[in-house]
Amino acid sequence: MTPTQSYSNTKATLAMAKASFRSIIRSPSAVVFSLAFPLIFILVFGFIGGGGIKVDVGLAAGSDTINPVYQGLKKSGVVNFVTEQSAREMEADLTKGRMDAILDIRKNAGVPPYTVNIKYTKASIKNGMFLKSTLDNMMVALNAVPNQTPRMARLRETTVEGRIYRTIDFILPGQLGFSLLSSGVFGTAFVFLGLRVTLVIKRFFATPVKRFSIVLGEAIARIVFGLIGSLFIILIGHFLFNFTLVHGFITVLNMLVLSTLGLIVFMGFGFVVSGIAKNESSVPPIANIITMPQFLLSGTFFSISAFPAWLQPISRALPLTYLNDAMRKVAFEGAGLGDVGHQLLILLAWGIGVYAIAVKVFKWE
Amino acid sequence: MTAPIITVKGLVKKYDDFTAVDNISFEVLNGEIFGLLGPNGAGKTTTLEIMETLRDKTSGSVTIHGLDLDKDPGAIKHIIGVQLQAAGYYPNLNLSELIELFSGLYGVDIKPLDLLEKVALTDKAKAKYKDLSGGQKQRFSIATTLINQPRIIFLDEPTTGLDPQARRNLWDLILGIRAAGTTIVLTTHYMDEAEVLCDRVAFIDAGRVIGIDTPDQFIDNLVASGFERKKQVKQANLEDVFINLTGKEWRES
Repeated sequence: MTPTQSYSNTKATLAMAKASFRSIIRSPSAVVFSLAFPLIFILVFGFIGGGGIKVDVGLAAGSDTINPVYQGLKKSGVVNFVTEQSAREMEADLTKGRMDAILDIRKNAGVPPYTVNIKYTKASIKNGMFLKSTLDNMMVALNAVPNQTPRMARLRETTVEGRIYRTIDFILPGQLGFSLLSSGVFGTAFVFLGLRVTLVIKRFFATPVKRFSIVLGEAIARIVFGLIGSLFIILIGHFLFNFTLVHGFITVLNMLVLSTLGLIVFMGFGFVVSGIAKNESSVPPIANIITMPQFLLSGTFFSISAFPAWLQPISRALPLTYLNDAMRKVAFEGAGLGDVGHQLLILLAWGIGVYAIAVKVFKWE
Repeated sequence: MTAPIITVKGLVKKYDDFTAVDNISFEVLNGEIFGLLGPNGAGKTTTLEIMETLRDKTSGSVTIHGLDLDKDPGAIKHIIGVQLQAAGYYPNLNLSELIELFSGLYGVDIKPLDLLEKVALTDKAKAKYKDLSGGQKQRFSIATTLINQPRIIFLDEPTTGLDPQARRNLWDLILGIRAAGTTIVLTTHYMDEAEVLCDRVAFIDAGRVIGIDTPDQFIDNLVASGFERKKQVKQANLEDVFINLTGKEWRES
């Protein structure tokens, strides 16, 4: 009789997953970190709205740049000029609200010497209004001669149609990403460290269960829990705060696929932390070293473009940045998973790196 | 009762320059309760954990129910039950759910309540392990060793820290499991316990076996060598007084 032949690794893995899932939903910290925290932040930011505004303005090719209007806007510090894009890309970004306005200043033969063409978007009304008032103030100052024709420049305004980009459309994907990060890192680290120090894993090893069944079972449970949490956050955001889901159900599905990928990468960090930490009290400091910088620098609360230039390369090195970025593209711009291939590739690279370290430092006993 | 179910030959376990187990050999017979006795650090737990497939050995051979530990540790896991000293259980699960988990890990189908009934814990089916009393915890640990209907179970200090009533209760449980045909290997620091439970015992000190025999034979040999207790033994001891005064039935709180 060889009982090994009838032994089912699938059954063992599923038993592990079921036990782990039951344990997670009964653990107050898992529920608080994965659901309550993101929801509180979404509520707070959903009602307050964003702080320091930085307006992204595309400068049309061939636009004059030695005129006082352009120089004034540049000095104001509220405008971030985009010059590297083609006219088509700019138009597309404007419609999506990724760009707040397109500026095109032409030199005239006669009076006034300049015509300022500015194109706003309904996709970014708030930033557009902010730019308009800045521009209006400046025009009044420049044309400050009480006659009919403007002395310096004439302003021509148009507005393109676009989706309304609400604060929630920025905040929710960031919170979702951060919820996945903390659940992946803290949850995984605590569980595996706990199982190791209380000898639960040692007792498991006295059964025929394979190591990969234990890891896979835990991962399945955490991913299922993470997806339920993500769905909950997305639906609350959509129905209570008008979070934009461009293609509805398909968009939700794409976001859940992204959530899964993100969670798998972040769980890798959790395995690393559980391997490094000596006991339960050393988990939070180590885990915070991983989560805090991403919490602050990965565009969770503020757009990365609002950060000083020296900080931006750091932001662009962090995995959460790319998850957040991909989430926003999928949710608000209706991008498919193929359109965020660049972000997915960087997440994948992080995943490979992190799991390579995890395999080295992870301890079973 | 005469065929050995476990054969350990020349077992050695070294940690760097420390030798925890130094050339140990013994046999455990089918259906007996075999005790490993000795002071702390003698190598009892190490020996047990090597047999349980949880620890690598440095050299020597171990055969369990005809299976070579080196060649087929996976198959050995199917026919043994293990109770570890101070092992915890998966957090936030109740006893039924823990048994369900272990059933999945062993690949067997059992009803949690049937198993809990064997160790008189049916009324605790919905309780968490951490909320059990010391005796209940040990009974539950022993229940988890029976999930895969093993040929042999290993118990590492099953009664340490229990009060006299809980200890006697556990003895009854262990004797019942043996009566059902399971071979038992256990360690203990209580000699009265070894005397009551074990058919044969091995004394281990500093990683070596210094004697294997029945408890009776060990005592007879010692008396025959002219040993006398300093104080004449009375018909009863203080533990008998304790049980007599407080009753044999076990209190669960």
